[in-house]
Amino acid sequence: MKIHEYQGKQIFAKYGIPVPKGYPAFTVEEAYEKAKQLIAETGSPVTVVKAQIHAGGRGKGGGVKVAKGGAEDAKALAEKILGMQLVTHQTGPEGTKVRRLYIEQGLEMQKEFYLGAVVDRDRRRIVFMASTEGGVEIEKVAAESPEKILTVHVDPATGLMPYQSNQLAFGLGLQAFGKDTPKKFVKFMAALYECFVKEDCSLLEVNPLAVLKNGDVMALDSKINFDDNGEFRHKEWAAIQDRDEEDAVELEAKEAGLNYVSLDGNVGCLVNGAGLAMATMDIIKVFGEKQGVSPANFLDVGGGANQEQVTKAFKMILKSDKVKAIFVNIFGGIMKCDVIANGVVAAAKELGLKVPLVVRLEGTNVELGRKILSDSGLAITAATTMADGAQKIVAAVAGGAK
Amino acid sequence: MSILVGKNTKLLVQGITGSAGGFHAKQMIEYGTQVVAGVTPGRGGETFEGKVPVFDTVRDAVKKTGANASVIFVPPPGAADAILEGFDAGLELVVCITEGIPVVDMLRVRRVLEGLKGQTRLIGPNCPGIITPGACKIGIMPGHIHKAGNIGVVSKSGTLTYEAVGQLTALGVGQSTCVGVGGDPVAGMDFIDVLEQFQADPDTHGVILIGEIGGAAEEMAAEYIKGNFKKPVAAFIAGTTAPPGKRMGHAGAIISGGKGTASAKIEALLAAGCKLAPNPSEMASTLLAMLKK
Repeated sequence: MKIHEYQGKQIFAKYGIPVPKGYPAFTVEEAYEKAKQLIAETGSPVTVVKAQIHAGGRGKGGGVKVAKGGAEDAKALAEKILGMQLVTHQTGPEGTKVRRLYIEQGLEMQKEFYLGAVVDRDRRRIVFMASTEGGVEIEKVAAESPEKILTVHVDPATGLMPYQSNQLAFGLGLQAFGKDTPKKFVKFMAALYECFVKEDCSLLEVNPLAVLKNGDVMALDSKINFDDNGEFRHKEWAAIQDRDEEDAVELEAKEAGLNYVSLDGNVGCLVNGAGLAMATMDIIKVFGEKQGVSPANFLDVGGGANQEQVTKAFKMILKSDKVKAIFVNIFGGIMKCDVIANGVVAAAKELGLKVPLVVRLEGTNVELGRKILSDSGLAITAATTMADGAQKIVAAVAGGAK
Repeated sequence: MSILVGKNTKLLVQGITGSAGGFHAKQMIEYGTQVVAGVTPGRGGETFEGKVPVFDTVRDAVKKTGANASVIFVPPPGAADAILEGFDAGLELVVCITEGIPVVDMLRVRRVLEGLKGQTRLIGPNCPGIITPGACKIGIMPGHIHKAGNIGVVSKSGTLTYEAVGQLTALGVGQSTCVGVGGDPVAGMDFIDVLEQFQADPDTHGVILIGEIGGAAEEMAAEYIKGNFKKPVAAFIAGTTAPPGKRMGHAGAIISGGKGTASAKIEALLAAGCKLAPNPSEMASTLLAMLKK
């Protein structure tokens, strides 16, 4: 799960990680009021108006602007940014609508750095990465000049040690900003590590991390992704999730206990198991790519789904306009084929089945499942293997298009 | 003719009094697995299905029954603790089925595991388990699709493993042992750990390896196969069509920052001399063609 910059900064503040003063705003009027308040509190007329969307690259896309002329100026910028379709390298060409702003104090800084932390899967450690190339796309730095990225891996038994933060501090040359700056950075890092672990993060980025005129270090941006598996111990996540930023169908699926990802194609897929669901998408492409047939979704109903969940899943596929045919591919283990068959039949009877349906059933209770489908009176094409099913689905879509 | 588990494996079930634990304990007993104990704190002294004694702690269970392996059905909040308890009791093998364990918990588990230097092995979490057909089933896979034989299967995906096993059995070809290593980013045994076992097992003649997008475990396996693995390997990588940045069901199945793509994995495996199944319906036939040569 992703959250906004301002929400990330509120979490940072809880851990004592220095962040600029700022307030979220949902309307232009609110932006104006918050800018006035901020100017009164800081004594400086400079504020920054920042679009709050989950994608990165907001500055380059025109979603972050400095208002030097006081609250009126901030208001004018808020009018421009709020409601715009912000296009960045992470949003895709259609962009994301800006629904929230963050009004932040403007600060004078000496230099910007990059700081990030993720789980290094291959080393099985949290890794911190730091670079003097702050404020830019770190992917680009990693590809073009990887030697500019300093890393330290954290042993979970000891946690992040000060010597490791020192390696980064002096590696970045922070001593040039005063002898206290490296010390401040070490403190900053300790808090950031604590935040990563306690908040169940999967990614944490501070880009840029700034050294201010007075030698302080401060997080000028925050990006936090949570590890979805940590949800059970973070009841607060439900309140900070921005549902406008999520795919509506994916949210609906998640609430039903299903794994669903929307794709661009025309074949709806209902599968049990994540690996099999991906493989089903792949095999449709193998046989259908040349005829313009490709998967419309990834859908894993899981191993322990009940009939209601299967019905729900099948309905979600049926409702999509782009779906020209449906492929049900089940290898029953714990999941019994008759449960799937009953769910498919129930959904199809309720909503009507207007597109071709190809079903491949294998595994536990397969005979029972096949019987339920054949007795249902629905127009179902049975398939013996995945390849057989994929070829039949491609024929159904490509044939129908002629 | 197997790796890691067989007729002599004495299994205890952590979370046997839960619905999933109970259901699968019964299935494992029916398959012929020696299920010698169950563990649920606070339920010690009870008996499962009238024959399997339940203990409060893994240590107790091991002391009284001589169990040497464990399978975990404990829900995510207590799963990492359950794994560590299995390590502490000195078990040879801990298999964790639980899906949804936070990655920071698994980082700690993994750290402890490294300190054990192979004295205990961990399979999973978020996996179907391990089966030596006809001898011992530890996990949630449907036993009836398997057949004893000489092909090893190692996979990140549960249902794709069943798919491969189903294809082998349909062609009359049995399996030595099938291991599901799971789809989490931080877990126990990886492809290389399992391949080392298959290499040392004279009764495993060839291997089907099933990977998926995310991480670099497949690339590292390819590196290992190139220099060390002498048996034919047929591979399939799921997720060629997966969009970047989206978690495809498994916590670990995600392409991020341009890393973990299917094409990079396929390239590495081909360079290591593996054959790639052209589609997931041809995993078994791809390996059999290699064995015939």
